[in-house]
Amino acid sequence: MGIDFIIAAIITVVGLTTPILLAGLGELVVEKSGVLNLGVEGMMLVGAISGFAVTVYTFNPWFGVLGAAAGGALASLLFAVLVLQLNSNQVATGLALTIFGTGISSLMGLSFTGRIVVPFLSVFPESLAKHEYLQLIFGYSPIVYFALIMVPLTTWFLKSTRAGLILRAVGENDLSAHSIGYSVIKVRYAAIAFGGAMAGIGGCYFSMVITPMWAEKMTAGRGWIALALVVFAGWRTGRLLAGAYFFGILMALELYAKASGFSFLPSQFWAAMPYAMTVVALSFISSRGTAGANAPACLGKPFLPST
Amino acid sequence: MASPARLELTGITKRFPGVLANDNVGFAVKPGEIHALLGENGAGKSTLVKMIYGIMQPDAGEIRWDGQRISVANPKAARKLGIGMVFQHFSLFEAMTVLENIALGMDAKIPARDLESRILAVMGQYGLKLEPHRIVSTLSVGERQRIEIVRALLLNPKLLIMDEPTSVLTPQEVEQLFTVLRKLAQEGCSILYISHKLHEIKALCDTATILRGGKLVDTCDPAVETSRSMAEKMIGGSLKDISRAAGRSFGAAKLAVKALSLPADGPFGTALRDISFTVRAGEIFGVAGVAGNGQNALLLALSGEAPNADPASVTVDGVAVGHLQARARRGHGVASVPEERNGHAAVPIFTLADNAVLTARDRLGMVRAGLIDAKAARTYAGEVIEAFSVKATGPSAMAESLSGGNLQKYIMGREILQKPQVLVVSQPTWGVDAGAAAAIHQALVDLAATGSAIVVISQDLDELLSLCDTMAVINGGRLSRPMAVAEAKIDEIGLLMGGIHGEVAHAH
Repeated sequence: MGIDFIIAAIITVVGLTTPILLAGLGELVVEKSGVLNLGVEGMMLVGAISGFAVTVYTFNPWFGVLGAAAGGALASLLFAVLVLQLNSNQVATGLALTIFGTGISSLMGLSFTGRIVVPFLSVFPESLAKHEYLQLIFGYSPIVYFALIMVPLTTWFLKSTRAGLILRAVGENDLSAHSIGYSVIKVRYAAIAFGGAMAGIGGCYFSMVITPMWAEKMTAGRGWIALALVVFAGWRTGRLLAGAYFFGILMALELYAKASGFSFLPSQFWAAMPYAMTVVALSFISSRGTAGANAPACLGKPFLPST
Repeated sequence: MASPARLELTGITKRFPGVLANDNVGFAVKPGEIHALLGENGAGKSTLVKMIYGIMQPDAGEIRWDGQRISVANPKAARKLGIGMVFQHFSLFEAMTVLENIALGMDAKIPARDLESRILAVMGQYGLKLEPHRIVSTLSVGERQRIEIVRALLLNPKLLIMDEPTSVLTPQEVEQLFTVLRKLAQEGCSILYISHKLHEIKALCDTATILRGGKLVDTCDPAVETSRSMAEKMIGGSLKDISRAAGRSFGAAKLAVKALSLPADGPFGTALRDISFTVRAGEIFGVAGVAGNGQNALLLALSGEAPNADPASVTVDGVAVGHLQARARRGHGVASVPEERNGHAAVPIFTLADNAVLTARDRLGMVRAGLIDAKAARTYAGEVIEAFSVKATGPSAMAESLSGGNLQKYIMGREILQKPQVLVVSQPTWGVDAGAAAAIHQALVDLAATGSAIVVISQDLDELLSLCDTMAVINGGRLSRPMAVAEAKIDEIGLLMGGIHGEVAHAH
């Protein structure tokens, strides 16, 4: 294994990790507010087509990313109205959002099939971005840096800001937060919209960076991995980052197994690994008796204040 | 002319579907006055203070604050006026620190460091001890209440509403709380004190307003009233004392617990250490203690939910049952009522009849060839409803549709009518109004009179003193020496509850 191979491998892993890191961070914030949104996959697809479409029309990938965020947020608000205003079941509504997102993104994408955009790659000078070694630092799409910056930002927000404290309080005990006088519904709307925007940006990484074109269901189940990641990380941002890279490596192994005909284990085995690892990690955590110690106590429960 | 009242309510009316929660209620609280709001569960006390604190809006009537007519839009507006509230069910966030919890209750944004120094100042001023960086789930109930009090005091309130603050405190903690409240009142803060503990109201309050069925019954001076006269105003009838046959004698030992130890259940649980006691036939044995000192573990160890490796650790009529599970122990006549009604003692989304099947199926033969005898279950549930005057639409009512007090009566009745040899109950009258509590106490006394042994685990010392023959105090998973209630001294019990044992008390 040469140095070139290792560099290529790292760049692949970073690429595979970024979408699930973004969507996972968004979902972590949503879940910290006490809402379980299983529609990540659907929001990623909506983000993928929105980002692509905006880029096609404006020729500006920055607007494309904003469009993806807006698309994902809009899709998530549909979910928010149903679960927050009408108290529909969060699990069922989240699954419906995934199905809806898959369908609407296909419909929106009809006129974009076969078109391509300029991939949204590194904005650093070519001498850095294409440099043999420095590309490890400078050779990525701005979305990658955005995702990495969002990790400490989200940590800071949740731990050290008043808004973050209120958000955690709402997820921990919605009735108490309500009785103190915080608007549980507003906080959850904001969290859900943030989660949608992050999933949208994660989704557009597929249509604007990895393969700069639109294809139906192009996120290929990564939304589900992002969801598993949040549980795997025990609702901690630092562990989410580590977990995302761990899953990224597993996904890279799957690609490698496919591409090289590397055959002592079938590629499906590697494809199944992230999920299998989640189960293993969860059993390990619960066997230590600290299961859910960090899980928001109100996760997935509807907010029903007594009159 | 006298200065205007701090808070004055006139004609407050609040209607819920099917219920008139408050009907034309009015009273006034003067600056620096400690004013009691007295009434049974469902009398409308909570609804009334929720309107003062802005959680609900009245349908009619007016609220005046320092003479000005106001409407309190929400709790934030209430706090802005200077109204603080300490809730009965603490609005705390278990997984967060004391500091974070207090910060959440503050409307203004205060940097964590300033807030911490202000908290320390308030705690010093009123002698309230707390560690700001502890996680709430590791704190005792008394400490949790202190968080709520500090949170309210940081706002420099002019009116502090306390909702049933002493139900979970030791006598010493109650005394400390009263000291804080008296100091606050001296400084001019008005206190609206909600309770149904009459001797506390006599000891603390200047005025008492009594509500019954949503209506104002009387505003009186607790110093000139007796506890009995206030209780009768509160329940609107004459109060029945527990009646028991004079000169009772106890039979042979029925339940014997010997050197019972149980490891802690989870990081926040309490281990039981070397617990021994005996309950004779016809005896009611009380276990006092502050919440979280092993009461839950003791109940589980006695009911069989947490079986012990040593069969001889629990014996019933000489038969070792310590290793048996709950169902097998029921076969030996051991019934139990845990503290948590919903989800432990009863399944909220089951009917009352189905809930009866859960514990009575073996003793009363409600299951035949694996099939539930629905008719027998309904009949039994109907008997319980009848005998304990449970307010429910019938045996097919969902458990969750009952009020807390009615569900408690049903659950107690479900066990008592099975005529168990040994009955273990935890917090039998928690959140139950005085009338229902009296009925439950009488039923326990009557069951004991038939020769059953009864263990009552409760944090309500008054309840234990009036109900039990013998009592002991649990602290840190250890049980004190049992003492006859007739000879028990409140001070000593209080010290035991606080974890101070005889030798320390004698040291000076």
